[in-house]
Amino acid sequence: MTAKALMAGVAFAALGTAASAQTVGFSQIGSESGWRAAETTVTQQEAEARGIDLRFSDAQQRQENQIAAIRSFVAQGVDAIFVAPVVATGWDSVLEEAAEAEIPVILLDRMVDSDPSLYLTAVGSDLVHEGEVAGQWLVDEVGGEECRVVELQGTTGSSPAIDRATGFRNAIEGADNIEIVRSQTGDFTRSGGKEVMESFLQAEGGGADICALYAHNDDMALGAIQAINEAGLNPGEDILIVSIDAVPDIFLAMSEGDANATVELTPNMAGPAFDALEAYMADGTMPEKFIQTDSQLYTPEDDPMGEYERRKDLGY
Amino acid sequence: MNTRALPLYATIAIFLVAYLICWIQFPAMLSTRVIGNLLTDNAYLGIVAVGMTVVIISGGIDLSVGSVIAFSGVFISVVLRDTSLHPLVVFPLLLAVTTLFGAAMGGLIHGLGMPPFIVTLAGMFLARGAAYMLTIDSVPIDHEFYDTLRRLYWLMPGKGRLTLLGIVMLLSVVVGMILAHRTRFGTSVFALGGGAHTARLMGVAVGRTTVLIYAFSGFMAGLAGIVFSIYTASGYPLATVGVELNAIAAVVIGGTLLTGGSGWVVGTLIGVLTMGLIQTYIVFDGSLSSWWTKIAIGALLLMFILLQKGLLALGRQQFAGTAQT
Repeated sequence: MTAKALMAGVAFAALGTAASAQTVGFSQIGSESGWRAAETTVTQQEAEARGIDLRFSDAQQRQENQIAAIRSFVAQGVDAIFVAPVVATGWDSVLEEAAEAEIPVILLDRMVDSDPSLYLTAVGSDLVHEGEVAGQWLVDEVGGEECRVVELQGTTGSSPAIDRATGFRNAIEGADNIEIVRSQTGDFTRSGGKEVMESFLQAEGGGADICALYAHNDDMALGAIQAINEAGLNPGEDILIVSIDAVPDIFLAMSEGDANATVELTPNMAGPAFDALEAYMADGTMPEKFIQTDSQLYTPEDDPMGEYERRKDLGY
Repeated sequence: MNTRALPLYATIAIFLVAYLICWIQFPAMLSTRVIGNLLTDNAYLGIVAVGMTVVIISGGIDLSVGSVIAFSGVFISVVLRDTSLHPLVVFPLLLAVTTLFGAAMGGLIHGLGMPPFIVTLAGMFLARGAAYMLTIDSVPIDHEFYDTLRRLYWLMPGKGRLTLLGIVMLLSVVVGMILAHRTRFGTSVFALGGGAHTARLMGVAVGRTTVLIYAFSGFMAGLAGIVFSIYTASGYPLATVGVELNAIAAVVIGGTLLTGGSGWVVGTLIGVLTMGLIQTYIVFDGSLSSWWTKIAIGALLLMFILLQKGLLALGRQQFAGTAQT
C-alpha cells in the first residue's frame, strides 16, 4: 500500500515537472439556454487561446451520457476533465475512477454531492453576491436622495430569485432613503417583465412615484423598458434600471440610454478553471474548493456597444 | 450459407470494421479500459435489450421499459431512504413488481386482442407517472451495500475494469440466448412471431406465451433498473427517457427482424456495443457534435431495414425458384 502510494507520488511528481495540460475533456450538460451555449463557446475560445486541445461532449441533458463521456475521457488519458453536472447526485463511481487515474476534475457552474476530495475545485457564481452588487450600485447612484424601488422577481421559489432578492436587500439595508415598495414575479421572461411593469406603473401614479427598477434578470428589464416607453416615460432617466446577467441585448439598451447598470453572470467559468489547473500542473498548487467568479458591474461608461459586439456571437 | 443468418453476420462484420476504423484513428480505443467502459456504460441498455429481443422476435414491442427503469431507480432509492430494508430485500420486491407489471400488459394484449404498441404505451405513461408520484427529485442512494456493489470489479490487465454491472449484462445475454434458442418457450416465441394463427396450429399456448414474454421483458427492465441505480447511485424520475427506443434500435441493428419470427440475442449484444462504440468514438474525437451519435444510429437502422427487405425478397425469389422446378 505504502509502496504503491509512494510510486504514485513519484510518478505524479514526474508528471508535475512535465508542466502544463495538453488535452482537456469537457462534458457539458447540453445547450438548453442561451447562457449555456455562451458558456460552451467561451470554454472553446479559452482553450484555443491557451493552446489546449479541448475534447467537447454534449450530454443532451442526460446523466448517463455524461458518465459515459467522463469514462471515455479517462480511457483516452486526457490531462484534466471539466464537468458541468446535470444533477447533483450519482457521481461517486466515475469521479473515483478519474481520481485513481490521477486525472484532476473541475466542476463548472453547478455542484455535486460527492466528497470534495474527488474533485480539484468547483468554479461558480455567487447569486447572493450578484444581488449585493446591484443593490450597492443603486445606493451609490442615488446618494442620500429618497428612492422608491420596484422589483421584478425571477420565477417564484427558484434559487436565483431567492438569492438575488436577498443580496439586493442586504446591500440596501443601511440606506434608509431606499425602500422597495413593490415586488412581483416576472418569471424571468421579457413578456412577464413587461406585464408586471405595466401594473407597477399604474399603481404608482403613472410611474411618477417610482425612482428605480431592480430586475432579477436582463430579459425582464428589457420587457419593463418597453412598458416604460409605452407609458410615455424615459427609462434610464425618469426610472433608473438595474438588472443581472449581462446578455447582449441589455448593452444595446444601455447604449441607447435606456438601462443604467447590469451585473454579469459570466459564461466564462472555464477561464478561472484553466488558471487553477495550470497552477496545479506547474507546481501542485491546490486551489480553493470553490472559486467564485467575478460579478462585474457594467454601466454606460463601460463601452456598451463594445460589450454588445463581444457577446453577440457567443450563442446567447 | 444460411441466408437467414446474414443479418447477424452483417452485424458482427460492421462492429469489427467500425472498431478497426476507431483503432486506426485512436489506438487507445483498443484498450481494456474502453472495452470495460463499453460493457459497464451500456449494461442497463444491454439487459433491457435482451428482454426487448424476445418481445420483438414474438412480433410485439414493449415501449414501457425506459419508464420502468426510471421507476425502478426511484422505487429503490425511496424505499432505501424511508425504510431500513436491505437492498437484497428490495431487489426481489422490485423485480416482482416489474415482472407482474409486464405480465399484466401481456395479459391485456392477449385478452383484449389489443396491439402491443398501445398497451405498452399506456404502460410507459403509467410507470413514468408512478415514478413521479414517488418523488420529483433526484434521490441519492447512500447505503453501504451499494458502495460494495459499486466497487466490485475485476481489474483487467491495462487497468480496464470488468465491473459487476458488465458481468450481469453478459450473464443476461447468455440466459437470453438459452431461453430463446434452446427452450420450448423460445420455440413458442419464434412460432408466435411467424403469426399467432400458425402458432396456434402448431400447438403453442398463445395466451400463456404472450404473458410470459412481457413478464420476461418486465423482469429484464426491473433488472436493468437495479443496474442503473447502482450505476448512478441515485433514483431520478426523469432518467432514461427514450431508452426503449435505443433498445429497439439495438435489437434491429443486432439483426432481429422487426416483424418478428427471426432474430438473435447475441446480435443484440453486438448492436448495443456498436451503439456504445459510436458514442465513444465521438467523445474521443471531441470536436464532433454528440448528435452525430443519433445520425449514425439512424443510418445503421435504415441500412438494416433495407438489408432485411432485400433478404426477404431474395428468399421469396429462391422459394419461387424451387417451387417451379
